[in-house]
Amino acid sequence: MLSVNMVAMAYLLASVLIIFALKGLASPETARRGNALGMLGMGIAALVTLQMDTVQNYAWIVVAIAVGGLLGGTVARKVPMTHMPQTVAFMHSLVGLAAVLIAVSAFIDPVAYGIANAEGGLYMASRIELFLGTFIGAITFTASLIAFGKLQGILSGKPLVFGGQHLLNLVLGVVMIGAGIIFCMNEATLPFMVMLGVALVLGVLLIVPIGGADMPVIVSMLNSYSGWAAAGIGFTLGNNMLIVAGALVGSSGAILSYIMCKAMNRSLMNVLLGGFGGDAVAAGGAAGQVADRPVKSGAAEDAAFLISNARSVVIVPGYGLAVARAQHALKEMVDELLERGVHVKFAIHPVAGRMPGHMNVLLAEADVPYDIVFEMDEINSEFADTDVALVIGANDVTNPSAKTDPSSPIYGMPILEVSKAEHVIVIKRSLSPGYAGLDNDLFYMDKTMMLFSDAKQACESIKQALA
Amino acid sequence: MNTAAIAQVANEHVAQAHASAVDPFVFSFTVFVLAIIVGYHVVWTVTPALHTPLMSVTNAISSIIIVGALLAAGPVEMSLATVLGLIAVGLAAVNIFGGFMVTQRMLAMFKKRK
Repeated sequence: MLSVNMVAMAYLLASVLIIFALKGLASPETARRGNALGMLGMGIAALVTLQMDTVQNYAWIVVAIAVGGLLGGTVARKVPMTHMPQTVAFMHSLVGLAAVLIAVSAFIDPVAYGIANAEGGLYMASRIELFLGTFIGAITFTASLIAFGKLQGILSGKPLVFGGQHLLNLVLGVVMIGAGIIFCMNEATLPFMVMLGVALVLGVLLIVPIGGADMPVIVSMLNSYSGWAAAGIGFTLGNNMLIVAGALVGSSGAILSYIMCKAMNRSLMNVLLGGFGGDAVAAGGAAGQVADRPVKSGAAEDAAFLISNARSVVIVPGYGLAVARAQHALKEMVDELLERGVHVKFAIHPVAGRMPGHMNVLLAEADVPYDIVFEMDEINSEFADTDVALVIGANDVTNPSAKTDPSSPIYGMPILEVSKAEHVIVIKRSLSPGYAGLDNDLFYMDKTMMLFSDAKQACESIKQALA
Repeated sequence: MNTAAIAQVANEHVAQAHASAVDPFVFSFTVFVLAIIVGYHVVWTVTPALHTPLMSVTNAISSIIIVGALLAAGPVEMSLATVLGLIAVGLAAVNIFGGFMVTQRMLAMFKKRK
């Protein structure tokens, strides 16, 4: 058995290793080593805890870790990369649930944690910490489950909006905090349970009004919550390791939420209040009236001719690419182009895909080398010198009205400046509006050729035409 | 140095010792605030291309609450508190193994041009 100070030093070492794990992600070259350091840190933290005097229930603990580890490992090996957003959402819910269980356990038996006062109850400080840890964990749990359901398609991705929704949430929030305060005063079971129950309901209600395409923000935000929940438990147990790890994850999720909001030119409040994208059907009708505008459409052979004669091609992949599972077909098409000496680059908008960085992973999975994949800020200046911009399954993120039309709902949103390229090819199934419910002027430009097709089919046809 | 002066110095030392014995919460809170600042600076250096692995690895990292779950599951005599702790150990284990392994799987896909 290590002394208390040795344990604290080991936790410090584990915290440092975890910081290095995050630091490694600065570049794909250092990321794998970073991940290994993170595993090492986690292992040290778990082993040091296991050797403590109070932890004796080894047989059952080994069973729990083995079952959990096996399940987690299986999911990690099998899950398709297109399903990463819902997988991450589901994992957030597990962190939330685990935090709730630990908090309830600490409430029932504070002695086991060494946080009991002389009468076997809880100190005021512990009660407050327990209150915070429990409700953050509970909201994380149910909110992440709803996000998982929406991303997985079990629940409708459409926002669920009803009258008095925000008032109801406000009232429930007040009840939850009120019950929590009563619990802090008298340490009674009833207010604790009321607080926990209301928090679970609140988690559901907070996410139902938020539409499917706002999920990158929500998944990032829940990532942040899961960190704060861990930090909350750290405060309850007086454990600095948990506090450090929780704070790191909490700030990471918060930064990602900020980046996502900025990329959509929306405030976090605007996303959280929800309802966005719900009127897409109505707006689709309005777009139908202007759809009489002339468009140039072409066949895969025309597209193949255009890009095979180009010196430089920038490909803009969007969520439609992932839906059509076209990334492998796209990669084969790109190989064909590279062989012909065409300079091919990829341009990624921060909200392409359903979670931050999702498109990069999908491209990496299809063996697209990461050094020809560029972020919006890196590549926007290059469109003017590009012969052909090829847009596949992306819409709103290329809409020039975000820059030119102050009356547009997406005005001010940073876009990929595709319209500056000499020629534009858009692969899309129809002229239907994107998530924001807007018509896209890009489709009607003289330099634009529409290729009406499924993304996967289009890539295969272009490749055939090239060969 | 006369006795009065020595006594005064001694008193100051005692006062300092008392003053440095801060409440454990304040100590934890200090660590918390500093860790947020470290997190803020480290996460901004993460390349946007790796934001998905960042989320899956932070997922594994937040499952560090397994430390709390182990303490709850620790006592040999089974009680409701122990059972809840064991379930929490299992849930955290799903995330730790799942999170780190899926991160590793994703990172292995990122390759440079040959």
